[in-house]
Amino acid sequence: MEQPIADLETGDTATITRLGGGRGCQRRLRTMGIREGKHVRVVTKHPFVGPLVVEVDGRKTTIGRGMSQRIFVTTS
Amino acid sequence: MKKIVLMGNPNVGKSVVFARLTGAQVISSNYPGTTIDYSKGRLRIDTERAEIIDAPGTYSLEPSNKAEEVAVELLHDADIVINVVDATNLERNLYLTLELLEQDVPVVVALNMWDETAHEGIAIDREQLEEMLGVPTVPTVALTGEGFRDLVVALPDARQGGRLPAGEESRWVDIGHIIRAVQQVEHRHHTLWDRLADATIMPASGIPIAIVVLLASFWLIQVIGESFITILMDPLFEMYRPLAMDLSEWLGPGMLHDILVGQLIDGGIDYEQSMGMLTTGLYVPFGIVLPYIAAFYLLLSLLEDSGYLPRLATLTDNVFHRLGMHGYGIVPVFMGLGCNVPGMLATRNLETRKQRFIASTLLAIAVPCMAQTAMIFGILGPHGLRYILLVVGVLVATYVSAGLLLTRVVAGESPEIFMEIPPYRRPSLAAIGKKTWMRVRGFLGEAIPFLFFGVLLVNMLYSAGILQWLGDVFTPFTHGWLGLPSEATTALLIGFLRKDLAIGMLLSLDMSAMQLVIAAVVLTIYFPCVATFAVMLRELGLRDMLKAAVIMLAAATLVGGLLHLILLGV
Repeated sequence: MEQPIADLETGDTATITRLGGGRGCQRRLRTMGIREGKHVRVVTKHPFVGPLVVEVDGRKTTIGRGMSQRIFVTTS
Repeated sequence: MKKIVLMGNPNVGKSVVFARLTGAQVISSNYPGTTIDYSKGRLRIDTERAEIIDAPGTYSLEPSNKAEEVAVELLHDADIVINVVDATNLERNLYLTLELLEQDVPVVVALNMWDETAHEGIAIDREQLEEMLGVPTVPTVALTGEGFRDLVVALPDARQGGRLPAGEESRWVDIGHIIRAVQQVEHRHHTLWDRLADATIMPASGIPIAIVVLLASFWLIQVIGESFITILMDPLFEMYRPLAMDLSEWLGPGMLHDILVGQLIDGGIDYEQSMGMLTTGLYVPFGIVLPYIAAFYLLLSLLEDSGYLPRLATLTDNVFHRLGMHGYGIVPVFMGLGCNVPGMLATRNLETRKQRFIASTLLAIAVPCMAQTAMIFGILGPHGLRYILLVVGVLVATYVSAGLLLTRVVAGESPEIFMEIPPYRRPSLAAIGKKTWMRVRGFLGEAIPFLFFGVLLVNMLYSAGILQWLGDVFTPFTHGWLGLPSEATTALLIGFLRKDLAIGMLLSLDMSAMQLVIAAVVLTIYFPCVATFAVMLRELGLRDMLKAAVIMLAAATLVGGLLHLILLGV
């Protein structure tokens, strides 16, 4: 089932299926390694609508909650 | 002369490569966005001399912040580009590489951090990669200097990539081909160390850790700074005292004596109050401020090079986002605690005008530089720690309140945090030492001329009677509104030149501890020093700088008046 990565919990893993948002936003995500087909792990999800830290290819990236609503994944 | 530009993603080690190629000393750290401006150096290839430019990091040629814009502009003047690539992170780094290969400029690729690929279980077929990219591709280890001779030798072979301009999607397709052909990654399990590293970024464990790290850092800064003063600086200045007294006698009373030695207090030199160029002018920078500056930059370098700062930015994002910035906003604050000038420059990594305006204004209002902090410790320390904590508390409250207000009234966007977290690295002692020394030297070079000039100006204005006149004019404000002696006006005015000198001037006024608290807070808030102002003007433009200045004056008046009311009663 496809869902935004923001809906996952700390420790969950998934595969990125689709990126939403504007073209500029998508390009920035991809150049920082967050791309369709990539395996992703939620390292932590900060409370009070705080940021998520995700890990792709062994590298961690902090993303705001809004942007994480536009990264769609399926859990395996 | 040929121009060689170093380009690459943030935090791939471009500045270390630059230092290797030029022998120049530059600041590098383990977090994205250390280089916000470019630095230039010289390099000799065979007999030809070339200019080499270190550009800020960028993920693509379509910039998303001011630092990246600088990088893309530099590309237009380049005769050769050295594309510095993080070999442990090849796939995403190749996007910029392919974009560069579409430009009509010769490129050489430096596969940096080559030594780390083995540790991370990554195997890269360099020859195959070179063939597929069509330009010289050289493995390098910037920290040790491995591969740099080869890199310089490869420069004359730099070639245009000759790739046709492609869309984003087809670039990623090509990157997929290249990665499948040249790279093999051994799957690595998460180790205990990985789990510990993760704990520093999770809120439940990370926030307590952050508090411990910060408290320990500030405690260390104080201990190191104080020991430095009692063990080295105080004895040195005691040895110098008879010399200064001899000079005082030899000069005899007069204008020159007042400027060089200053006023004798109880027949002797008082380093903090005499106000002579060769007494107070030397004692403030070397005797009080330098020890704390050195201690501060040592700790800052450790935090930077270990890779802790981006984690701290993630943990504080919640707070900073509510103040109109995002977690990266903590970086200018940290830099600003050393000196507001680099703090202002660090705001360039924030994406929008609104964020940069808020970050710079708050920095100017509520973040005292180390020179000022050292003096606040000096004057309030004898009265007790609680007064120092009071100053800190008021400044934090001012920072937060002003931020909450500004984010509601300043027009524009406040994008969210989006930041790469670099792996933890063990800081190299040599690199830390070098960086601390460079920053301390920078402080000495900037501060001492201003301090000398400040002392000279105080003496001149004093003998001309201008300071007394200004004191009278501002008495309703200083005395009536802030509850300070009218003579404090002089210190507030000099504070625009150098804050540390101004706080020193407060000492002779015989104020109560609470009055000192008010003076220290108002001195921090009302204006940054003139050097910071100059940078603000350049970074924000005249209009926004004036707006920020009005906000600073309003904040100083408001907070100062409130403190008067609360701390001193009516």
